[in-house]
Amino acid sequence: MAVASAENAVRTGRFTRTFIYLFLLLFALFYLMPLLVMILNSLKPLAEIRGGNMLALPKQWTIEPWLSAWSTAQVGVEPTGLKPFFWNSIKMVVPAVVLSTVMGALNGYVLTKWRFRGDTILFGLMLFACFIPFQIVLIPMARVLGLLGLAGSTPGLVLVHLVYGVGFTTLYFRNYYAAFPTELVRAAQIDGAGFFRIFWRILLPSSGPIVVVSVIWQFTNIWNDFLFGASFADLDSMPMTVALNNLVSSSTGVKEYNVHFAGAILAALPTLLVYIVAGRYFVRGLMAGSVKG
Amino acid sequence: MGFLDINNVTKSYGSVEVLHQVDISVEEGEFLVLVGPSGCGKSTLLNMIAGLEGISSGEIAIKDQVMNGVHPSKRNIAMVFQSYALYPNMTVGQNITFGLEMHGVPKPERQKAMNDVAKLLQIEPLLARKPGQLSGGQRQRVAMGRALVRNPDVFLFDEPLSNLDAKLRVDMRTEIKKLHQKLGTTIVYVTHDQIEAMTLSTRIAVMNGGYVQQLGTPKEIYDTPANLFVASFMGSPSMNLISVGVKAEGDTIYAETDNSEGETIRLAFAQPSAALKAHDGRQITLGIRPEAITDPEGADRNSRHIETIRNMVEVTEPAGSDTFVASTLGGKECIARMRADADVGPNRIADFAINMEKAVPFDPATEARIV
Repeated sequence: MAVASAENAVRTGRFTRTFIYLFLLLFALFYLMPLLVMILNSLKPLAEIRGGNMLALPKQWTIEPWLSAWSTAQVGVEPTGLKPFFWNSIKMVVPAVVLSTVMGALNGYVLTKWRFRGDTILFGLMLFACFIPFQIVLIPMARVLGLLGLAGSTPGLVLVHLVYGVGFTTLYFRNYYAAFPTELVRAAQIDGAGFFRIFWRILLPSSGPIVVVSVIWQFTNIWNDFLFGASFADLDSMPMTVALNNLVSSSTGVKEYNVHFAGAILAALPTLLVYIVAGRYFVRGLMAGSVKG
Repeated sequence: MGFLDINNVTKSYGSVEVLHQVDISVEEGEFLVLVGPSGCGKSTLLNMIAGLEGISSGEIAIKDQVMNGVHPSKRNIAMVFQSYALYPNMTVGQNITFGLEMHGVPKPERQKAMNDVAKLLQIEPLLARKPGQLSGGQRQRVAMGRALVRNPDVFLFDEPLSNLDAKLRVDMRTEIKKLHQKLGTTIVYVTHDQIEAMTLSTRIAVMNGGYVQQLGTPKEIYDTPANLFVASFMGSPSMNLISVGVKAEGDTIYAETDNSEGETIRLAFAQPSAALKAHDGRQITLGIRPEAITDPEGADRNSRHIETIRNMVEVTEPAGSDTFVASTLGGKECIARMRADADVGPNRIADFAINMEKAVPFDPATEARIV
């Protein structure tokens, strides 16, 4: 597998190298600036922010804004903090990611190893899911959720994200399994393994990189989704992103910027964590099959 | 009824028929090789025996049980694939016992069967390794182990040696033959390599264009090829095919052609048949294997009919054990196989002894052998 390393990099002179590092450093600082501002201001008392200098270090360090954002801040009408909505998001994201990944894997398996008449057309149609803008489906989806009795509930949101995500995950797994030798499936058939056993025992254990890609992709998309959360959730199933919006854009009372910063970081933390833990595999998985290594 | 019966089997994809009326009966313990150029339908036929591809018409039976529509795992067959198809996530041991596990064989029996097979193939030290850590030859053994452990009625081999390097291929060939002699199992083996076909088989089916061109023992195929395709496909260097005129004089029938000097050469047929006589005055194709054209000292002493001709040598190719000598006969290049120390050199006239007992006449119109 092609992994960037110092060995296969182009050799350069010392001057060029210094220049490259300086340049990279500059960009890294530039990109990190907003995060820095957020972290610094989330650790200040509100009075210091009002003082005017957003870039200054806190004179008085405090984690009070974080505690407030998590458990006591006014979100909408209730002073609950973001905590319950964080769990709402988890309850929505985990099943949606797991289900869409499993279904994508099964679809990819069928579309490559159990070919049938019209399978490429079906796959082409599934790919449409990747191109349809969210806004278009809002009203039809609301109708469907209403008919199913899932409107304003976490299972309803799971369904929406599953339907939207399965196009992407199918694309990933189909392309990954297309490179998987069909002779292995045939050998397993002769050995007496059935449809699901071949999937479970032969294909899935070799699917690590693409599972990681699918999970990261789905997790970030679903966790960060605002539109579906705002449209289809009620107060008990509202995800983190919507709650954060309610926290930040409330039009009454004092604007607690330090609490808002802390809340925003809290909302971004899980995706950040997923990237740090599995990011390496993400790049590898996306590259898999594109370059023969 | 044989052990494995292929009765009038055809295969079509849509309206395109790729296998036409194949009829082969394999006895128990036979080693049948399907050989032919790529695209001749040999792998399709093997996949149909395995149940990996459907049968368009006709039937395939193993031990008198019709197998049409029976799932591959229920046919009691085992298959060795060209790519070996070892499960990459399992150890060698797990690879070998996977089939038994799927068939619900209890663990102690699986272990015993695995150990027996590992011992037979000398892969005991490899059992805990993953396929990725094995060399090509070792993978090949594991793939055979996976087939053997099931103790199937029929073994199917799909070009199992084509991914190995030349030396290993010869070694594994011998090993497969030994294994067959030891176990006496029924084997159907697909290859495009005619030497593999000749050395391994008890019977060969030469295929081309979806037809079985000839079915017979290696000797039959080699000595009396049914048509020009089989004649030129089997054997290396391939059979010399020379255009000759037929001339009947009394009981003797001659083949007339020109040597490189433009002189007419007359070769009397060893077995003048009525069919041959019917071609009197016409041009036919005469097939002579390179080893049937030698220097006079190297000629087959048991042959009852040897014709000696003089011809100009064009090129000599010493191959160590023999020397191949190219000359022109009937306007075409003709390869002779002489002893390594035969006294021949380029651009010199030499004597060629042609063993007419081994000469095979073909009708150029139908391409079939004249019998």
